[in-house]
Amino acid sequence: MSLGDSSTELGKVRGLGSAREGGEHWISERVSSLALLLLGVWLIASLLFLPGLDYGTLREWLRSPLGAVPMALFVITSFYHGLDGLKVVVDDYVHEPGSNFALNTLLLFVAVFGAAFALFALAKIAFGAAA
Amino acid sequence: MAEQRARPLSPHLGIWRWGPGMAASIFHRISGGALTVAGLAVLTWWLLALAKGADAYGDFAAIAQTWVGVVVLIGLTWAFFQHLFSGIRHLVMDTGQNFDLKPNKASAVSTFVGSVVVTAAIWFYLLGVAK
Repeated sequence: MSLGDSSTELGKVRGLGSAREGGEHWISERVSSLALLLLGVWLIASLLFLPGLDYGTLREWLRSPLGAVPMALFVITSFYHGLDGLKVVVDDYVHEPGSNFALNTLLLFVAVFGAAFALFALAKIAFGAAA
Repeated sequence: MAEQRARPLSPHLGIWRWGPGMAASIFHRISGGALTVAGLAVLTWWLLALAKGADAYGDFAAIAQTWVGVVVLIGLTWAFFQHLFSGIRHLVMDTGQNFDLKPNKASAVSTFVGSVVVTAAIWFYLLGVAK
């Protein structure tokens, strides 16, 4: 973003070209995808290899550190990566700057709210009484 | 000065046909959107039900085991593996590889074969063993 007439020549072009600016979103989408590759496969494999999918078994699993910690990371990373992805879709199809900003901001709020809710539920399970 | 002629534009959205490459691309976006909207909603609902208690989890499990629930969960499983496999393909292509036509087409087809085979294997296992 140009900082206006008072900025230097360099300041005016910063962030406008392929100058290691603007690539953060692209990189963050890919780094979070690598994390989800591990965490997602962990989640599916855990659900398949648990002795059952009943209330007691799942509570016990999510109360153990090796259940609760990767699940917390999965919640955070999946909401983060999902928001990154939806932002790309919005930027592709919603060109009017006001609508684009409004929709991206709405998605940000929904994603943070959803992630906070999921983490609250997980914390309640992990730190609550045994089932 | 030469007469101003209409500049040739990229065909962009108007001209395309179905092929493995474009199908892998569009299904990457569709599966990602479905996972973010429906997948994260189910994940959050599942954790909240587990946090609330055995009765709430029983309600969740009952809905999940209706045919609509099973179809949604099978769809999410497929979306997860389709997005995972085409995501890996994207990461490979990000390194500048897999752009020759035949290998590129083969990798696009393999994302669909892989996602269908893994989804089928998981659900044959779940529906055959867990019930």
